[in-house]
Amino acid sequence: MAQVDLASIKAAKIVDARGSACPGPLLEAKKAIGTVSVGAVLEIWSNDAGTKRDIPLWAKKVGHEYVGVLSGEGYERIFVIRRK
Amino acid sequence: MSDRRPGEKSIVRCEVVADEVVASQPAGDEAAERSDCLSMIVFSGDLDKVLAAFIIANGAAAMGTPVTMFFTFWGLNVLRKSEPVPVKKGLLERMFGWMMPRGPEKLKLSQMNMGGIGTLMMKRVMQQKNVYSLPKLIESAREAGVSLVACTMSMDVMGIRPEELMDGVEFGGVATFLDAADRSRTTLFI
Repeated sequence: MAQVDLASIKAAKIVDARGSACPGPLLEAKKAIGTVSVGAVLEIWSNDAGTKRDIPLWAKKVGHEYVGVLSGEGYERIFVIRRK
Repeated sequence: MSDRRPGEKSIVRCEVVADEVVASQPAGDEAAERSDCLSMIVFSGDLDKVLAAFIIANGAAAMGTPVTMFFTFWGLNVLRKSEPVPVKKGLLERMFGWMMPRGPEKLKLSQMNMGGIGTLMMKRVMQQKNVYSLPKLIESAREAGVSLVACTMSMDVMGIRPEELMDGVEFGGVATFLDAADRSRTTLFI
């Protein structure tokens, strides 16, 4: 996806995994991606330092599209589009 | 999969992916036989090592990788039910049973256990930092279809009976592990 304004993305679902440690955010993202429709955006909130690196790798592996990450206040907002 | 016992969660088998992977690659290529699975030997019964094993298993399962965990020797204790199960045993077997930890909540750290204080402190810190506990990781792995296999030879040596292990655990020998390892891209000994 070309440059997108991440802040303007309206996610179909937000997973608040703040406070959860590895592998919590990944497992929650995995669970939640099945609940949004194909093509919809899932947003994951996490303050675990490894998550922003893990989510893109997970998305690539299982065939979803990683859009990008936004730094919130003390946590990260990670955007993924369900692709299958 | 036809011999699934009641109460057994649906286990994600390596074979399913194997077919896909093999089909998508040129026939006759030996590397093509190997598919995208993860197999682990859990030899240790140390809390820290077993935690690592289950974190990896959960991560792999979330990434769509079928996982087989083969529990042998001290690792068998991870699968024990926490309450005693009445079974017939010889004296030595009974002593083994008493001395070894009964289930995931009884495991100790491999270092800095300090008579149990270190393990308690570690569990406390992990809880504060919201790291999943071992029982929760095991439950989550099973929900994700991770296959847990108990080594029957070790069970025999240590006098552990099938009914003393968690429901849904499978039983196998070295060939079961090697078969899983053959299909795996990654194999770990923990």
